[in-house]
Amino acid sequence: MELFTNQILAGISTGAIYACMALAVVMIYQAIDHLNFAQGEMAMFSTFISWQLMQWGMPYWVAFVLTLAFSFAGGIVIERALFKPLAKAPILTQVAGFIALFSIINSCAGLIWDFTIKQYPTPFGSSPFLGSQLISTHQAGMIGVTVLMLFGLFFFFQYTRMGLAMRAAASLPESARLVGINTSWMIALGWGMAAAIGAVAGMLIAPVVFLEPNMMGGVLIYGFAAAVLGGLTSPLGAVIGGFLVGIFENLAGTYIPGVGNELKLPIALALIITVLVVKPAGLFGRPIVKRV
Amino acid sequence: MTMMLNVKDLRAYYGQVQALHGLTFSLNEGSLTTLLGANGAGKTTTLRAICNMVRSTGAIEFEGAPLSGRSTENIVRLGIAHVPQGRGTFTAMTVEENLQLGAISRRDKAGIVSDIERMYDHFPVLKERHTQQAGTLSGGEQQMLAVARALMLRPRLMLLDEPSFGLAPLVVRDLFKILGKINRDDRVTILVVEQNAQLALELADQAYVIETGRIVMSGGAKDIANNEDVRKSYLGY
Repeated sequence: MELFTNQILAGISTGAIYACMALAVVMIYQAIDHLNFAQGEMAMFSTFISWQLMQWGMPYWVAFVLTLAFSFAGGIVIERALFKPLAKAPILTQVAGFIALFSIINSCAGLIWDFTIKQYPTPFGSSPFLGSQLISTHQAGMIGVTVLMLFGLFFFFQYTRMGLAMRAAASLPESARLVGINTSWMIALGWGMAAAIGAVAGMLIAPVVFLEPNMMGGVLIYGFAAAVLGGLTSPLGAVIGGFLVGIFENLAGTYIPGVGNELKLPIALALIITVLVVKPAGLFGRPIVKRV
Repeated sequence: MTMMLNVKDLRAYYGQVQALHGLTFSLNEGSLTTLLGANGAGKTTTLRAICNMVRSTGAIEFEGAPLSGRSTENIVRLGIAHVPQGRGTFTAMTVEENLQLGAISRRDKAGIVSDIERMYDHFPVLKERHTQQAGTLSGGEQQMLAVARALMLRPRLMLLDEPSFGLAPLVVRDLFKILGKINRDDRVTILVVEQNAQLALELADQAYVIETGRIVMSGGAKDIANNEDVRKSYLGY
């Protein structure tokens, strides 16, 4: 029994990473109606920026805030420069764009900061949390920040005019224009917000997985799995999905014979496929009700 | 009488295909005008061209200001509400959110709140269902919602694309009554595109008939309704 509880706790602490990334995935999905494969790399690059700022002597939180601002602006610039011209292109062309962006950012980060692994600081410390060896204060802090972002996003989408306009622009662009919404800017804004959320995720994940250009590869896949499991339209679902994926992964690794660390990633992918087949809207996603 | 909308030599294109061949017409302020025509005559295209949703040439002036070069959302913000074909309902959102979206370009919070109440007075069924997902409304209710959403802009001009489409005759009567009321009481100029010529001519004071992208007849709605050709082609008697 103790092994079981411990595995759940460990699952929650890795799940926090996935939950954080899944929030960024849901954000971009809300804005552009598909996934951004370069999202992990954008988050990684933002994390490097914050690392660089700290190397130059800035305190953690100053670097944190500056990085958020930079990422927000960077997301908007990427959308304006790269994806606005592709807006009317077929989906496969856009996917090619995402993949190009992925390798461009990855290579640039490697060029500027090289591929050696770097330590990344945590603002929460890394002592055991409430005496548990399985959850550190950093992971507890990470869960706290994720939940905070979740509430922020929920409030933004449900109770602000801008949030309502963004939802409208994402779901029915033509109708949105007909009520006077500048849909093109809503998409850019969505990119900016997703980039900023990704930056937070990157900065919280880096102390756990260490900072290097390939740090987000696996994490993004888990983030996708979490978002798909929870429902791509639901920020709450994404966060719960993140924790579930973390727990599921740990339990499977412990109790299913033959599933060691090596098979954890395929488990995430199997989860994505299972959810898509069995419940395409995810656990918390809103299935669109239609009269026929 | 002052001119609300002035359209000169409007030509519109879908790719290589020309859909409008030089339309010229105008709407008087406060008028209720109907644009009649068969399927494919270019009625919808005319409305879409006014809101710059299709490639077009020619001059369109709204209250004296040219619309050319303006984006759809900027044209709407001038006070032109467009209820598109198929109603354009935000089906995944609640009825109330749809109304709020109609007023999204406005800044006067108190005015928006009181306008939502006004819409609930106009359309009591929307009040009953204000927390319901808009996609679950019946066709008639969705059309009411679309009209209410358009009114939330406090438009000067309202464009309606086949509001009667797919609705039961009784519902259409109700809807047209409300349109007449909006036109009279709220002083909203209305241009309504219709296949249901008889109802539209009863309601309207001006009418244009359009055939293969050209205006072939114009005049007072009563005169048009009494015209032999129109009666044969569009009214069926």
